[in-house]
Amino acid sequence: MPPRGGKRPNAGRKPGSNAYGEPTVALRVPRSQEAVIRDFLSTLRQQRERGEIDPVTPLARPLPDAPGLERPLFLSKVPAGFPSPADDYVEAWLDLNERLVRHPAATFFVRVEGDSMTGAGIYSGDILVVDRSIEPVDRSIVVAALQGELTVKRLRRQEGKVRLEPENPDYPAIDVPEGEDLVVWGVVTSSIREFGR
Amino acid sequence: MSIALIDCNNFYVSCERVFNPRLCGKPVVVLSNNDGCVVARSNEVKALGVKMGVPWFKCRDLAQQHGILAYSSNYALYADMSNRVMRILGALSPAQEVYSIDECFLDLAGCHAPNFTQFGQDIRQRIAQWTGLPVCVGIAATKTLAKLANHMAKKQAQFAGVCDLDAMPPGERDDRLQRIAVGEVWGIGPRLAPKLADLGIRSVLDLQRADPASLRRRFSVSMEKTIRELNGSVCIALEEMAPPRQQIVCSRSFGRPVTELHELNEAITHHMSRAAEKLRQQQSHAGALHVFIRTGEFNRAEPTYNNSLTLPLPSPSDDTRKLVRVALWGLKRIYRSGYRYRKAGVMLSVLASNQGMQGDLFDAPETAQAAKLMQTLDCINRRMGMGTVRLAAEGFSQRWHMRRSSMSPSYTTRWEALPLAS
Repeated sequence: MPPRGGKRPNAGRKPGSNAYGEPTVALRVPRSQEAVIRDFLSTLRQQRERGEIDPVTPLARPLPDAPGLERPLFLSKVPAGFPSPADDYVEAWLDLNERLVRHPAATFFVRVEGDSMTGAGIYSGDILVVDRSIEPVDRSIVVAALQGELTVKRLRRQEGKVRLEPENPDYPAIDVPEGEDLVVWGVVTSSIREFGR
Repeated sequence: MSIALIDCNNFYVSCERVFNPRLCGKPVVVLSNNDGCVVARSNEVKALGVKMGVPWFKCRDLAQQHGILAYSSNYALYADMSNRVMRILGALSPAQEVYSIDECFLDLAGCHAPNFTQFGQDIRQRIAQWTGLPVCVGIAATKTLAKLANHMAKKQAQFAGVCDLDAMPPGERDDRLQRIAVGEVWGIGPRLAPKLADLGIRSVLDLQRADPASLRRRFSVSMEKTIRELNGSVCIALEEMAPPRQQIVCSRSFGRPVTELHELNEAITHHMSRAAEKLRQQQSHAGALHVFIRTGEFNRAEPTYNNSLTLPLPSPSDDTRKLVRVALWGLKRIYRSGYRYRKAGVMLSVLASNQGMQGDLFDAPETAQAAKLMQTLDCINRRMGMGTVRLAAEGFSQRWHMRRSSMSPSYTTRWEALPLAS
């Protein structure tokens, strides 16, 4: 008579006889990520079934909460067994926001209308990145509020006189008379020109 | 303990002025949905005696006479500017409570500032330079007192926008509190003020000196808390994380009266889609929904009809399609033809967090596929703009949409609408 209880050798399913072909573990996952993880696993299963082995398939990313534009420096797909010698050096994603927007809360985009600043490389239709947190100084390119309009000019502050200078000989410089306060709206830190738009 | 309340002055009007400098110094109002009521006024308009919340049509003559400029509310712009202000303020203190779109509390305990009045001025200067918005700062030992300090900073020019109650000599402080009506106290309001007046409590100082225990018996525990807060002991803590909402309401009045069921269907679908999106954002499921329709309130000549229906869901859901189906089923039951409807809306309730949800034996569980569809929907709409992908049941003409006849461009949230500089 066999003993009651205890181990029964060779009973049950064999380890690894599942869809993945290897032993599995039970795991708690956050509910919000369940769909993503299921999707990842089903892709993995299909690839294994087709005999593709792809250990670097990145997980589908969950809902991004910041609308950042990220460009991978490089990302190589490699067959198992031959890791790319460069993989150790993957270190950064270049994000234009990070480069052009230093103070997100204080940065605004303004579109250029007109040719008064072509000498400074600012053309009609360009998008200016305007950082209001920067203190304007003599020679800063600024957006200023003048008589109810926004205008982009080079700020000149010399000997107590304030002037807004265009960078195009066809336009006159604007002297800001003493007493009239000029509101510098923000300092222009870069200008974006899109070709073929 | 020191708490600062930072409040943007005439917030909606100030936002409009940042991008349209021509409005500076002119009388400007911002109107509510459907351009119905005045919801923000510039100082010039306040000086003309226009009250908060008055119907705009009643101000027409005054507006013409004084050249008051009126804008429809541009919530995309206000929300963006609000986020900027809150982000800048959040960096100034380790603890922040965003209290509304235009005000927040900061705990100054962790701020290295020898002089809080100066710190308040620095805050004003920074917000003004970085965003172009004017703010006032009230500083005191409790949230209730900080609110009052902010009120003084705003109303009395000699404070230059910053009022620190703790830095004020006690005699002067009592004197000022004596001159503020009790209705201005946070949590009192116009309903409780007359009841307090019956007891001889008319000013803030009267309430501060009242007996908390006896007023608690007569009113409620929150009255006791208010009195204790006025005396400088903290009873209302800083809430850094907004608790998840227990109800989500989406409703709008129509731009014109609606009579047909198919148009109400579109509107209810539209509101439910927005509500479901908010629900998913806070990672909850709804256990019940409520749908309502109503005719106008002001036009006595028209027959009126208001009705609503609350429907429990067989199992909690966050799936737009399912919620819409149930809501439309309910709408069909309360709809009566022959009325001119002015407003429709939905409410989601019995909200439960996504964790620890219980399935239903007889209801198909929300499949992973549905969850993924909703996730994709939200993702697209977040990236490409609200309503980019939506249920066809929302309709395409949406002629019932609200009137926003003079809305400024979305200067900060749409590439096509950027401000122009010559």
